[in-house]
Amino acid sequence: MAIFLNADSKVIVQGMTGSEGMKHTQRMLKSGTNIVGGVNPRKAGTTVDFEGGVAVPVYGTVKEAIEATGANVSVIFVPAQFTKAAAVEAIDADIPLAVVITEGVAVKDTAEFYNYAKSRGTTRIVGPNCPGLITPGVSNAGIIPADISGSGRIGLVSKSGTLTYQMMYELRDFGFSSAVGIGGDPIIGTTHIDCLEAFQNDPDTDAIVMIGEIGGDAEERAAAYIKEHVTKPVVGYVAGFTAPEGKTMGHAGAIVSGSSGTAQAKKEALEAAGVKVGKTPSETAQLMREIMKDLAK
Amino acid sequence: MDLFEYQARDMFEKHGVPVLAGATATTPEEARAAAEQIGPKSGGVTVVKAQVKTGGRGKAGGVKVAKSAEEAEQLAGQILGMDIKGHTVGTVMIAQGARIAEEYYFSILLDRANRSYLAMCSVEGGMDIEQLAEERPEALAKVAVDPNVGIDEAKAQEIVDAAGFDAETAAKVAPVLQTLWTVYRDEDATLVEVNPLVKTEDGEIIALDGKVTLDGNAGFRHPDHEALEDKGAADPLEAAAKEKDLNYVKLDGSVGIIGNGAGLVMSTLDVVAYAGEEFGGQKPANFLDIGGGASAEVMANGLHIILSDPQVKSVFVNVFGGITACDAVANGIVGALDALGDEEDRPLVVRLDGNNVEEGRRILEERSHPLVTIEPTMDGAARRAAELAAN
Repeated sequence: MAIFLNADSKVIVQGMTGSEGMKHTQRMLKSGTNIVGGVNPRKAGTTVDFEGGVAVPVYGTVKEAIEATGANVSVIFVPAQFTKAAAVEAIDADIPLAVVITEGVAVKDTAEFYNYAKSRGTTRIVGPNCPGLITPGVSNAGIIPADISGSGRIGLVSKSGTLTYQMMYELRDFGFSSAVGIGGDPIIGTTHIDCLEAFQNDPDTDAIVMIGEIGGDAEERAAAYIKEHVTKPVVGYVAGFTAPEGKTMGHAGAIVSGSSGTAQAKKEALEAAGVKVGKTPSETAQLMREIMKDLAK
Repeated sequence: MDLFEYQARDMFEKHGVPVLAGATATTPEEARAAAEQIGPKSGGVTVVKAQVKTGGRGKAGGVKVAKSAEEAEQLAGQILGMDIKGHTVGTVMIAQGARIAEEYYFSILLDRANRSYLAMCSVEGGMDIEQLAEERPEALAKVAVDPNVGIDEAKAQEIVDAAGFDAETAAKVAPVLQTLWTVYRDEDATLVEVNPLVKTEDGEIIALDGKVTLDGNAGFRHPDHEALEDKGAADPLEAAAKEKDLNYVKLDGSVGIIGNGAGLVMSTLDVVAYAGEEFGGQKPANFLDIGGGASAEVMANGLHIILSDPQVKSVFVNVFGGITACDAVANGIVGALDALGDEEDRPLVVRLDGNNVEEGRRILEERSHPLVTIEPTMDGAARRAAELAAN
């Protein structure tokens, strides 16, 4: 089962023929992803050869790719200025899942394509500015390295890519049902809450790690959601306790404004919802390890 | 990027938002000349306004009414150089005076929670809006704005109705809100705030102050936005890092930090600060994210920037190689240290994991540079770096 991505996922790549697209399509193929096509109107009708003797056909549009292959996931690698057009094309084709990896997308573009997807009601957006998601051993839509950790029963949701990798590495002895990097932009398509809900309903997930960071109040809202709706154990980690006010810390959304968006407030909200919050990634992993051991008893 | 009031004013004017005449001055003499130009529009009266990117300047004495050009010069002399919440006033705006009958509030901003936009409007403007939102939330109308529709005629009407304007005023305010929306949309803003939006005694609606935040990611659509940057205010190290396309924020501690990925670097700062408590309160000296797939050159550039900070006593390189290859990071470290030669004596603690980690560690071990310590874990490395900074 896992969430959002499973053995039935047929993946196309928008921007596959670009350098990033090529590199990561190769990696996704290598980790077992069923890549059924790429999209590039100028190269429609050709195929691209990847290592391991895989030839991936290129289609002119997302719609054509879906019609020809039954694709149900699109991973978007196109440059930031063209991302909105690519996402709108995927939404218009009613692809069930569009994963937007691209970093540096204008927030207006994201606001427009996210709300377009919402009004149309047929496409889930993950990202932008995210590493994508992985169901280890089954499918990998994005850039999360597949060799960090294998399959298991922990669900992971994180704003940060490298903290996703770090946490998967720390907990590789248990493994993951799915790990979702939701991205660090101010507006993102899939939130902590969406993932918490999906993990709660996923029979293959026993416990959840939630990683947040400064900026906005997504973690506070996730805490309220956990209190009401999540019965599986959740451990949390929040980055950015030492971030100064008014400075953007790498991610466009990671900024403390006045007294809002602080790591301390997020930690307190999560703890008030019964979530154990680690001080460091390693301590957080240790908290999860103890929970998994208890669950195994 | 936050704009100064005068930049917001100019931007408003460009889009047809009603504003008063205004000109900037960096010396009292310039202020006088500006007041001589602008004063006659309002019976000789001008307002001298400190240009700082922070609130509360009125209370701090940064906004004064001048009845003559001489007085504008004198007041500019007082305000220029003034410190307002840590911001030194380098520029004043000389603005036309206005006879204000009523003050309102309007803003449009990102609504992160709803992944959309939000318009806020009140007939009680002029005061601190956070205070109003807290004390009298019913006086602040909040209306959701669909990014794909914006503030059209119907939405503007909805906003002025929600705010409770009388019909006559509402009819005048609504079109101004539509124009402010075009500023927000066409300039790729993430905040447009007018406080106060005023009605003059003549019944005119005017944006008397303006706060605009622009989306740095939308620069590709706005080559003109680069000129709005306040280059003088940037920390010199931050400016140098920006030139090398590095994501660097200067902090005031002693442990230099380099890592990959914003989340991991933020986390590294925190872990160093915790570890530093044991060693006399050592703190991180900076945030530096070399990003995904960084080359040896990027790593070396980052190290150069960090080591140009004299406050730095030790450096912690924390990399989890996802796309980034640890061997490239190791080569970057070795290359940078070789370039610095014997001049450099500050120790480096390196923690590498992930993609090509064995090769990365091998490169560092083979070079066995006296300044470099390899630590296996992030927490252990943070502790070591804090300890070295304390020595």
